[in-house]
This record gives sequence, structure tokens and C-alpha cells, in this order.
Amino acid sequence: MVYLQLFLAFLQIGAFSFGGGYAAMPLIQAQVIERYGWMNPAEFADLVTIAEMTPGPIAVNSATFVGNQVGGIGGALVATAGCILPSCIFVTVLAYVYTKYRTMGLLQGILESLRPAVVAMIATAGLTILIPAFFASGSVSFANGNFQIRPVLYFLAALFLLRKKKIDPIKVMVGCGVAEAVVQVVQTFT
Amino acid sequence: MKEKSHVLKKLFLSTLYLSTFTFGGGYVIVTLLKNRFVDELHWIDENEMLDLVAIAQSSPGAIAVNGAIVVGYKLAGIPGILCSILGAIIPPFLILTAVSFFYEAFKENFIIQAMLSGMKSGVGAVIASVVYDMGSGIVKKRDGVLIGVMGAAFVANYFFKVNVIFIILVTAVLGAVRTIIREKKGGRA
Repeated sequence: MVYLQLFLAFLQIGAFSFGGGYAAMPLIQAQVIERYGWMNPAEFADLVTIAEMTPGPIAVNSATFVGNQVGGIGGALVATAGCILPSCIFVTVLAYVYTKYRTMGLLQGILESLRPAVVAMIATAGLTILIPAFFASGSVSFANGNFQIRPVLYFLAALFLLRKKKIDPIKVMVGCGVAEAVVQVVQTFT
Repeated sequence: MKEKSHVLKKLFLSTLYLSTFTFGGGYVIVTLLKNRFVDELHWIDENEMLDLVAIAQSSPGAIAVNGAIVVGYKLAGIPGILCSILGAIIPPFLILTAVSFFYEAFKENFIIQAMLSGMKSGVGAVIASVVYDMGSGIVKKRDGVLIGVMGAAFVANYFFKVNVIFIILVTAVLGAVRTIIREKKGGRA
């Protein structure tokens, strides 16, 4: 019974969260706290922290985490399956239509004007990550202590390595993380 | 047949690898998929990749999962979808299962905290680099409407927090209307 509930709850989360991870948060909250009471709000805040600190989509992470807490590994499996099933169906249908009709003039015209919008949305996602990294308060202001120089240096170094040295992006990302860990360890123990 | 199994293996390993290291949301993995399949392997061309991203974006669910599905479908049909979904799902599944057992220790570990905060700069740089490549590709077309769409979509999305589905619908309608007008004037789009 709990398996079925987990499956259905995450099926709904998967089916109605348009626009990526943050769009899924209120839906997860509605199902997990309000509808089924699997978590209280403090545990939910922990869940958000974990989901953000670990790789992988927030919805999938939440499904695995909540599933494990509520129904063990089996629960995690059914919750994750429920969460990705709507994606499989929608994306496959859209991709099918796209490959079938992509040479059609009208679809070409639509896609041509969608491309710049997609670039804009990727840019937004980048800024949403960078601004809280550069400014301690999360908003752009140069009040004392708010602007952080180290993340900016990592950013510039990473750009240089990516564009001039053509280094693998994952190595660049992990490198930034290791650099910050080393700096903080050195600061703490000296 | 050998060719196909090679593609499937590559799909699975690529999504597995990317998904393991992708912190910070769906666009990061989309960016990395582009890097792998467009720039390194040349299996998908850049415009087509943007179309695939638009498909991932306009479907419900996690963008990383949708991105993996659409790339899997494009390269190898239904078997491709299965390989790329498994690759995309296994790492977060294992990691979250582990974390759910050791949550307290994980949350307090300051080396993990420091690494995660440093990685944000690297993630931002990867995205900035891709936006630069894709954005300059669009500017080079010297089509005022497309450049306008890029600017307007950015302002709407970033400053006014307009829902992405709404932005996609409006730009799709704009593209359709433009094409119809152009075709009426003669000359195909």
C-alpha cells in the first residue's frame, strides 16, 4: 500500500513539474508533507539541502530519499520509477514528432525562434548559480564582506581552462571544489 | 549491430559519468551532454541539440532526465532511452540511498561543504562558456528578431521570473507566425 502511495505521489510530481528542479519543490512539499505526512517541515528542509548538495535532479533525489525513509530500498525504487515515468512518455512522444516533422517549414520556423529562448534560459540558470556564489547575501551588492573574491577567481580560472586549454568540464568543476576545500582546510589548521 | 551496441554503451557510460558529477541542476547536465555529443563525438549538430534541449525543457519532469531521454532517443531509439535513463538515474539513486543512511555526518562535514561551494564557480563557468558559444552562433545570423527573442526571453526569465513554459509557448507562436508570413510573401523559410 505504501508502495502504491509512493508511486502515485511521485508520479504526480513528475507529471506536473514543468521547468526543472525548483518547479518541483512545491509539488514535493504538497505530497510529502501535506498529503501523506511522510515528513515534517524541518525534515523537508533537510531534504532540500541534501537534494541540492548531491548530484542529480532534485525530484529524483527526493524520490530516492523519501522512498528510502518510508519504504526502504523498494520504496526508493517505486518512488523513482513514478517520478521519471511521465518524463519518459512526454519526451519520447515529443522527440518522435520532432524527428518525423523536423524538415517541415512551420516546425523549422518554430524551432528557429525557440533556440535563442533556450540560450536565454541556460544563461538564467548560470546566473542563478553564480550570483549566490559571488555574493554572500545572495544578491548583487558590494557592501562590506558581501562580495567574495575567491569564487570569482575560481570562475575566471575555470573559464580560462575551459576555453583556452579545452580541459574536460567535469575536471574543471571538481578542480574548483578541491581548490576551495584545500583553502578552507589550510585556513582552519593554520 | 556492432555500431549500435557501441552507441548504446557510449550513451550509458556518458550519462552515468555526467550524472555522477552534475551538481547544480538540470542545465548543467544539458550543457555537459552538449559538450560530449556535439563537441567531442560530433553525433549531434549544434542546432539540433538546441531543439532537443527545447524538447527536454517543454516536457514535465527533471530536465536532466528529460535531456538524457531525448539524446538517447535521437541516437538509438527506445533502447537508447533505456540506456540513458539508467545512466542518469543510477548515480543519484545510489548516492541518495547512501546519504539517507549517513545524513547527519554528511551535513556536518566541512570538507564536503567547502568542495560543494567551490564547485559552484566551476559550474557557472561551464554554463557561461556554453552560453557564449550558443549565443554568438545566434548573433552571427544577423536576424534582429532572433536576437530580440534572446534578450526578451532572458529579461522575462531572469528578472521577471516568467514561467519557462509560457516563454516557450510565446516564442513558438512567434516562430509559427513569422514562418506563415514569410511563406505567404513567397520564398520558403
